[in-house]
Amino acid sequence: MSEKLPPGSDSSPSQDKQKHGTTRRTFLKSAGIVSASVAGAEMLTGVPRAEGQEQAGAVGPGKVALKLRVNGEVRTVNVEPRTTLAEALRDELHLTGTKVVCDRGSCSACTVMLDKTPVCSCMTLAVDVGDRNVTTIEGLAHGEDLHPIQAAFIEHDALQCGFCTSGMVISCASLLERNPKPSADDVRTAISGNICRCATYPRVLEAVVAASQGKGA
Amino acid sequence: MNRFDWVNANSVDQALASVTDESSFKAGGVDLLDLMKDGIASPSRLVNIRQISGLDQISEDDKGLRIGPLVTLTQIEEHPAVQKTYAALSEAASRIATPQIRNMATVGGNLVQRPRCWYFRSEDFHCRKKGGTHCFAQDGENDYHAIFDNRVCAIIHPSGIAVPLVAMNGRAEITAKKGKREVALEEFFTSPTHDVHRENILEPGELITAIVVPASEARTAYYKQGEKESFDWPIADVAVSLAMQGSRCSKASIVLGGAAPYPYRAKAAEAKLNNSEITEDSARAAADAAMANATPLEKNAYKIPIFEAIVRRTILRAAGMKAEGVAA
Repeated sequence: MSEKLPPGSDSSPSQDKQKHGTTRRTFLKSAGIVSASVAGAEMLTGVPRAEGQEQAGAVGPGKVALKLRVNGEVRTVNVEPRTTLAEALRDELHLTGTKVVCDRGSCSACTVMLDKTPVCSCMTLAVDVGDRNVTTIEGLAHGEDLHPIQAAFIEHDALQCGFCTSGMVISCASLLERNPKPSADDVRTAISGNICRCATYPRVLEAVVAASQGKGA
Repeated sequence: MNRFDWVNANSVDQALASVTDESSFKAGGVDLLDLMKDGIASPSRLVNIRQISGLDQISEDDKGLRIGPLVTLTQIEEHPAVQKTYAALSEAASRIATPQIRNMATVGGNLVQRPRCWYFRSEDFHCRKKGGTHCFAQDGENDYHAIFDNRVCAIIHPSGIAVPLVAMNGRAEITAKKGKREVALEEFFTSPTHDVHRENILEPGELITAIVVPASEARTAYYKQGEKESFDWPIADVAVSLAMQGSRCSKASIVLGGAAPYPYRAKAAEAKLNNSEITEDSARAAADAAMANATPLEKNAYKIPIFEAIVRRTILRAAGMKAEGVAA
């Protein structure tokens, strides 16, 4: 599906296109609707939930105001419940470093961390993130100071076309968070879900081992 | 994906009260979103059970293992007691999908996910399982389909975790508004000849609230054969549980995945091992017996020698022996 999504595009093709051919964006423009519901406005971090046995309150299917903790900041997005985290990041917050390729959890290009756990942002609904901390590729560097994994990827030339790289780097950074001295097999397992059609795996392995030994840059 | 409204349930009671005929419960949401993106499911409401506290725990005592339905496959894979005592379960969890998916997907969701048959998953094929009159796999692209009980609908059951759980006599605790019931997982999964539109006995409005695995001293092993090593759906997988008395097997349980529309208990193979020594010869006889009644379709008879090999090897590995022709 990468041909539908050229590098630098700020729009995910995944579910924008509705079946009748209009995009969600053009529909909203033409209809002039951006209606965060009143109930939606309640859908903040740490979503309040009714106690006891009564039916819990429903939000949607229209837009809901959500607070997401992204890269250390609290950000507000207005999205429908069907919006994936990948779409919210790319289309609402313009954090287009996260790439959507298969949109089915099969390629891991869209990997982000929820707290320290790598997940597919294409198969996570934004409304389901709650108070977990989202870390995207944009959140790894501190200003000009690259994350050791990013520096090691450059040093070891661990990328070619770059489309899998955001997800690959997040998987590797997450591995080092949980396991600072991984074995080669640990690295292979950590990136086993990240498909790279340029086949940069050996260099990725070198980069992660180097970064874990403090030799990234 | 269709539009839907969203309910965050705080408790099982609240989840059951919030669900309507047009709703789906959502745990990890992986298979559900996949179905919705493909237009195969279009619930008008998702009742999110992911945040219900207490359903994401694994507990172990002398009666066995209790697994909450929201336990992720990663939790199963990494749990020390599961690794030590229920090895086949941990091995199976570690081979399902990608690390990212294992971090999201739950035990409950894995058990009730819908089949991967490409005719079922395509909006363009109104197959028998979706209310049509034809199983397109019968004379179509049936490489990855069932080799048993495949004449009404040739799906294979997609749950990787079900294969060891059935071999270990696992049970599902099912909760509905009217109360709880507990069902052996072997009876939980059903044949298309029973009802082609479903894969299990779960009724609308019912929720799996625990998986219970009885304590056992049986030795277990699991093996999955895919087309590639990194991640893939199984072509064939097998879980073996052997209760041993000395070198004799007192009770064998052998369950095949990728073989039938449900986790397939290879009773003919079990009979070859019960009250027998486990040897290369008895393991081979059991593996051959497992395949004796297979009814492959045009393009999937290749599964038979694969099953014969992996059933034999996995029996030997469960017994702590090394199979011939296999690297240590």
